Amino acid sequence: MKHEKLLPVWFFVGLLLGVYGILIFVSGLAEWSSPPNTVLAELHAPVWWGALLTVIGVIYTVAFRPRGR
Amino acid sequence: MGTPLCVPFEGGRPRMNSGHIATLSTLDMAIIAIYFLGVLGIGFYLKRFAKTGEDFFLAGREMTAWVAGLAFLSANLGSLELLGWAGSSYQYGILAAHWYWIGAIPAMVLLGIVMMPFYYISKTHSVPGYLQLRYGRAASGLSAISFAAMTVLMSGVNMYAMAVVMKVVLGWNIHFSIWVSSVTVGIYVAAGGLYSAIFNEVLQFFLIWFGALLIPVFGLIETGGWSGMVARIQKNFPGQDYTHLWSTLGRFQDNPMGMHWTGIVFGLGAILSMGYWTTDFLVVQRVLAAKDLRSARIAPIIGSFFKMAVPLIVILPGLLGLAVLPEHLFPESGLQAGQHSYNEVLPLMLARYFGPGLLGLGVTALVAGFMAGMAGNVSAFATVWTYDIYRPFLRKRAPDAHYVSMGRWCTMIGLVISIGTAYLAMGFASIMDYVQALFSFFIAPLFGTVLLGMLWKRITPAGGFWGLLAGTGSSVAMFIVVKIDPSMLSVIALSPNAKALAEDMYRALWSSLFGILVTIAVSMVTKPKTHAELEGLVYDIVHWPRERHPTLLGKPVFWGVVALGMLVILQWIFW
Repeated sequence: MKHEKLLPVWFFVGLLLGVYGILIFVSGLAEWSSPPNTVLAELHAPVWWGALLTVIGVIYTVAFRPRGR
Repeated sequence: MGTPLCVPFEGGRPRMNSGHIATLSTLDMAIIAIYFLGVLGIGFYLKRFAKTGEDFFLAGREMTAWVAGLAFLSANLGSLELLGWAGSSYQYGILAAHWYWIGAIPAMVLLGIVMMPFYYISKTHSVPGYLQLRYGRAASGLSAISFAAMTVLMSGVNMYAMAVVMKVVLGWNIHFSIWVSSVTVGIYVAAGGLYSAIFNEVLQFFLIWFGALLIPVFGLIETGGWSGMVARIQKNFPGQDYTHLWSTLGRFQDNPMGMHWTGIVFGLGAILSMGYWTTDFLVVQRVLAAKDLRSARIAPIIGSFFKMAVPLIVILPGLLGLAVLPEHLFPESGLQAGQHSYNEVLPLMLARYFGPGLLGLGVTALVAGFMAGMAGNVSAFATVWTYDIYRPFLRKRAPDAHYVSMGRWCTMIGLVISIGTAYLAMGFASIMDYVQALFSFFIAPLFGTVLLGMLWKRITPAGGFWGLLAGTGSSVAMFIVVKIDPSMLSVIALSPNAKALAEDMYRALWSSLFGILVTIAVSMVTKPKTHAELEGLVYDIVHWPRERHPTLLGKPVFWGVVALGMLVILQWIFW
């Protein structure tokens, strides 16, 4: 018999995407003035891609967070 | 990953003393470390839920349609598949997309609409389990033993391929990659069983999409869109057509794959993909974990919509590689120092566009894909060994806890065998091709046997067993004949211009047809099972449960038709 409700996988997805999003977003800001030596680095993808990951991560984490009884 | 739909990944031997493609920063390493810690943490969290056999082997049959559908798709979306097919799209162009469209979507819809009810209503825990109910122990045992053996072999091949990629791309030590990844997979699958495997497959799904989607975005920006990309490909590779799906398939010699449209439609679309997506337990197990019949039916159809989109992150990067990479890529065999192989096109594109952070995310997606592939194989192995070999043949009556314990041990034993296979693959690079071929021997014939059994009550246990054996035997015979005398390829694939992939398609077609003929012939002269024995196993002896979704949008059939309609539109667009 189960005493505990299984947390939805979406919660873990949200946590992982959120953490990754913040790390990538911050690194994008830090390298803004000296972007890496890659093609199209001037688009600053880590900033907007990191922001997108963070937003999606936060939405999933909040929507599927563990709730009290 | 055990898919016969995956081209043989030419891992080859790692190239020593050659510079690797990318260098990871501290941030990239942190992103990879967070993934490892995360999956281990999730495994330990899920251990408390995997108490009974149904929990451990079928994730408690409580997965929603979306979770089951994404896990169903992700079990096939490993890194071997990603790297291999991206390389194939560099080699063959958009023809590689057939394996994602006609070679997947109709089969997924068929599974959801026609076959899933039989698996689900019969309450079987596996595909060999259904064969046991429908045909008896002989056919089930043959299927279970071949599946278990091939699964651990594929897991090892997967492991070795990952180690080679990490060596070539990042310069990592091969033994380090093999042991760290397998110990991690072993811990989290042994802890949470199918729960762990499914949770990690869903995580992997998101990581792969977010880790790889920027490649086509950047690529299309750099080339100025689809037409710009096509113009660059034509400039780089004049005289070759890489961007049409069907118009070059009229003759074997007109396309780089050496393929004819009959091979794609009948060999791939009608036989090989049907066999893989509807009878390979590795993928079907994910759908069996659904919480009810409706979820189990809609799950593969949900998966089909995402499958249709996968070429965006697999095929398009390969095509973009043809357009933007400054150097040409080559087959693994005969590669010289400083050159890169087709299979490295995805890592090369990652390194071209991704700086610190994004590179870590992309590499994590690849690692996650490899590990999910291993987890899928060992969890399916543990289930088939415990329920379809150990229980019926070795220990029929034991407490449920005993079988769960056996499942946990099998997970670890399966991984140890996989590690052995990985080292075997290291010594014999061609073992990958053989294992891939061995796996395909059993998949194509199995589809005919299972489908006939579901649709026709006259098919007998003897017919099922001998049909399966005849289909497999004929497939093996054709493979050996071509190995001994390569000129026989022109007989099997109907043209002297046919190439290796065409051989796979036609071999699957002939072996499956032969298996079906033998199944029917033997059934006609042997005694069928009684009506009562076939209850719930055959089409006109099934009591269909009433579904509470009378609206059109709630019907799996409606979404299946939508998926097939979208498939047709894609064929028309890229004709």
